[in-house]
Amino acid sequence: MDHGAGMPLDSRVFEAMKPYFFEDYGNPSSSHSFGNSARNAIEASREKVAQLVAAEKPQEVVFTSGGTESNNLAIKGVAYRNREKGNHIITTAIEHISVINICKFLQKQGFEVSYVPVDKQGVVDLEKLEAAINDRTILISVMYANGEIGTIQPIREIGKVAHENQVIFHVDAVAAAGKVPINVKEENIDLLSISSNDMYGPKGVGALYIKKGTKVQPIIQGGGQERGLRSGTENIPGIVGMGKAAEIAKRKMEAEGKRLTRLRDKLIKGVLDKIDYSFLNGHPTERLPGNANLRFSYIEGESLILGLDMLGVQVSSGSACTSKTLQPSHVLLAIGLAHEEAHGSLVFTMGKQNSEEDVDYVLEVLPDVVKRLRTLSPLTPKEIVR
Amino acid sequence: MYSEKVMEHFMHPRNVGEIPDADGVGTVGNPVCGDLMTMYIKVKDDKLADIKFKTFGCGAAIATSSMTTELAIGKTLEEAMKITRADVAKNLGGLPPIKMHCSNLAADALHEAIKNYQKKKEAKK
Repeated sequence: MDHGAGMPLDSRVFEAMKPYFFEDYGNPSSSHSFGNSARNAIEASREKVAQLVAAEKPQEVVFTSGGTESNNLAIKGVAYRNREKGNHIITTAIEHISVINICKFLQKQGFEVSYVPVDKQGVVDLEKLEAAINDRTILISVMYANGEIGTIQPIREIGKVAHENQVIFHVDAVAAAGKVPINVKEENIDLLSISSNDMYGPKGVGALYIKKGTKVQPIIQGGGQERGLRSGTENIPGIVGMGKAAEIAKRKMEAEGKRLTRLRDKLIKGVLDKIDYSFLNGHPTERLPGNANLRFSYIEGESLILGLDMLGVQVSSGSACTSKTLQPSHVLLAIGLAHEEAHGSLVFTMGKQNSEEDVDYVLEVLPDVVKRLRTLSPLTPKEIVR
Repeated sequence: MYSEKVMEHFMHPRNVGEIPDADGVGTVGNPVCGDLMTMYIKVKDDKLADIKFKTFGCGAAIATSSMTTELAIGKTLEEAMKITRADVAKNLGGLPPIKMHCSNLAADALHEAIKNYQKKKEAKK
């Protein structure tokens, strides 16, 4: 139940990619027929990705090496290109680490960045966001949904605020694309980052939607592929795979979204009912279909992960003990949790591999894992573990 | 990530609990950092007759607590004071480098408990 950390490749995606390793290995920049075939494959994929997010034209989609590069191209690209207009960027306190580190990098280069807070359920404070806009603001970057706490942002409203103030609006949709319907036009989005491997596509490929007319400075210089926005020989098998993954995601989205929402809600309700001193992190309804982020008082997340792993359940945690930096999740701190609360959080990200039986199994074994760790913990009040 | 020995101690920790009439108690760590452990000791004839622990923390924190009690029970106080974090890690078949400092606190908790016992003894004199 850790789809957030890595998703398996869909076998249909792999089948679609295969010919482009051995048979259609042409370079799309070549003029001969091999080159033509590769070019056609890229354009067909571009069309499918455009359809996934309801882009008006396929040409508005630029292929990259993944979500991180898409975020780099969007944020740095807008910042560098619009520098004469201003040097101020607005983002939120719960963005993916790639967005945060890009912003920190730009701060070192003289850009100013405002990190707008979120409420206890992880929703961006629209009033504070609007108040942060000044006459030097060139970009607002807000994630579509948070992969850790699952909260989905009021993107349409944020986009409206951005456009009323003539500010470009970038959305990091890596955690959301393929899982919930996205409509870049209706939701007032100028730039949208997507990754292939978060929708059962191959790793190493992603895309950035760039609305026609949005000025972006390329960050990779070279042979001018992707209309000059992303130089470098195209990753044809990867792009084909991403196109196939986008096509499948779009087709399955409604049914799969309903199924995962039901599993998610059953898991959340079951845990909250069965385990005392457990809490839901993030928004109860405005959240990603397969995401359940739960918090257990008096115990620590890594030991929960290990205990569940021994029983065959794989999950993640926001605990410091599971991070390379030994800091608890910045997202959990931003929604107002104390460090010791953040340590006791567990993230379930369900996907197509998961069934209702998995949820039932977790509900069967998790209470005992929690109880055992609480018995071990000096923080547990005596009356709780009797 | 963890050795089999660490996982074995994590799943089946030895000497868990509290000693209500402990001769010495030592607590180290901080829940804010993600690790907190308390060691309780019973001393008889200058030897550690019984040790119990309670730990909030990751797998390594729990396993090192358990291993420390195993290493220390029956030892003289002087011997127990010489047990180091490195000894604990070695007896567990090693720990991931990142865990060596943050979660390998159990030996310190034991030393604190012994010091607490010695202090109480001094006070009684």
